[in-house]
Amino acid sequence: MQQQELIPHLFRTEYRKIVSVLCAAFGIDHIELAEDIASETFVTAAETWSIKGLPENPVAWLYTVAKNKAKNYFKRSALFTQKLAVEIKRTVNSVEAEPEIDLSDKSINDSQLAMMFTVCHPCISAESQVALALHLLCGFGIPEIADAFLTNKEVIYKRLNRAKEKLKAEQIAIVYPAPAEIESRLETVLTTLYLLFSEGYYSSSQNTVLRKDLCFEAMRLTYLLIENEISNQPAANALLALMCFHASRFDARTNEIGEMVLYQDQDTARWNQDLIEKGNYYLNLAAYGTRVSRYHLEAGIAYWHTRKEDTREKWENILQLYNQLLIREYSPIAALNRTYALAKANGKEEAIVEAEKFKLEHNRFYYSLLGDLYTGIDNNKALQYFKRAIELTSADAEKAALERYMDKLSGHLKA
Amino acid sequence: MDQFMLIFRRDWETKEKQPSPEQMQASIKPWQDWLGGLAAQNKLTVTPHRLQKEGRVVKANQIVTDGPYAEIKEAIGGFIVVAAADFDEAVAIAQGCPILNNPWDGNVEVRMLMQENENQ
Repeated sequence: MQQQELIPHLFRTEYRKIVSVLCAAFGIDHIELAEDIASETFVTAAETWSIKGLPENPVAWLYTVAKNKAKNYFKRSALFTQKLAVEIKRTVNSVEAEPEIDLSDKSINDSQLAMMFTVCHPCISAESQVALALHLLCGFGIPEIADAFLTNKEVIYKRLNRAKEKLKAEQIAIVYPAPAEIESRLETVLTTLYLLFSEGYYSSSQNTVLRKDLCFEAMRLTYLLIENEISNQPAANALLALMCFHASRFDARTNEIGEMVLYQDQDTARWNQDLIEKGNYYLNLAAYGTRVSRYHLEAGIAYWHTRKEDTREKWENILQLYNQLLIREYSPIAALNRTYALAKANGKEEAIVEAEKFKLEHNRFYYSLLGDLYTGIDNNKALQYFKRAIELTSADAEKAALERYMDKLSGHLKA
Repeated sequence: MDQFMLIFRRDWETKEKQPSPEQMQASIKPWQDWLGGLAAQNKLTVTPHRLQKEGRVVKANQIVTDGPYAEIKEAIGGFIVVAAADFDEAVAIAQGCPILNNPWDGNVEVRMLMQENENQ
């Protein structure tokens, strides 16, 4: 790899590791210091490598430089504190001890895990948790995060700063939670990772590469949890299975010109079999213990969606899983998906009766569901519903998919 | 929206009226579909609670008997709470309850929950 490609690549893979180790070593009060040292390390690399050429082991080089920079910083600040302390007659507490900077694989993993629990602390909002995770755990820049959230850089900048200030004010330690706490703390971490994944999977951002990156970062972090004995819980395995199943359809979800392809119209040959198998693997690992998490139910639903045959059995299973999911917790999208499965399992007539009880007048998915249910039963009604759905849709890719539907239906009406 | 408790009652005593394991198995789907449908409308405010057959009835003067009430054949099998605009809607919801059908042939009592500030 050439140097101009190598540095961005290393930035993507190594920046987050260095930041995590430094944050864990310095403590929550010095997040910015850790970020500064990590950034400076890459500046030094760019300068030095352009003159002297690439070192033999660029990663080891980065780690050494980061370590030295941290050491220098503490030497300087120790001198400063000492001097200051003498002058103001020792009112300042003893000199901060120089923290140990350990960039071994184990220390990197431990630090990243500890950071994951800190960043996903319930004292900050879910959207701040996602932004912080992208920034500190995935090494995403502010412009990329802004792009993913479809907002501007200023908003993200403020959100990140507020979140960091809050973590400092609450004095959240950067440590791996005690085994007794793991279950409750893991829950918020999993929620954030799922949000991060969904941000990539469902975002209407046109940047497909970025969206895929978001999904794979969420999977990488979930995998990190599974690799650790204490956080290797059934719910974490279920979440990873769910992500694998969803990600298996990433390529089949859009056509050559970037339009969305609905599930029932996807070319199943483009479903990624490797990811489906990985999903099966983690779903099996999730099947121990007695607690059924929402991720188990959602992974079950996603598993049945990877089955290509449109059988009664498939939709009956999906319906029952959605029933359980909804009884546990309501969400409009689960309600709509459940009704789709109901139509497949129990027939469209029953599903229409159920769908018409919903009060989701401003939900575009509600109208496309009604359009779908009425197709073949009352095509004129179906067309009206699809039209209403398009009126409520702002994303072009989605509009195009609905319009293709309407064209097909209009064709049927004329025929 | 008001809250209504739907209390499911059925005969637990008469031998012929007890569902077979096959009937129990077959009754899962109608129950889950009914509850799932309520949940999909965001009307299920207290998730289903099912009761065991065994119970005790405690009365004054240290009297404890095996329950539920021995003198009544029907006993509570479970309950949910739903959100509904009025009694009519709550009753309409109850009319879809599988307890009314075979093999349970039971009934649903619909009661409106008293609000906290309604203490007479």
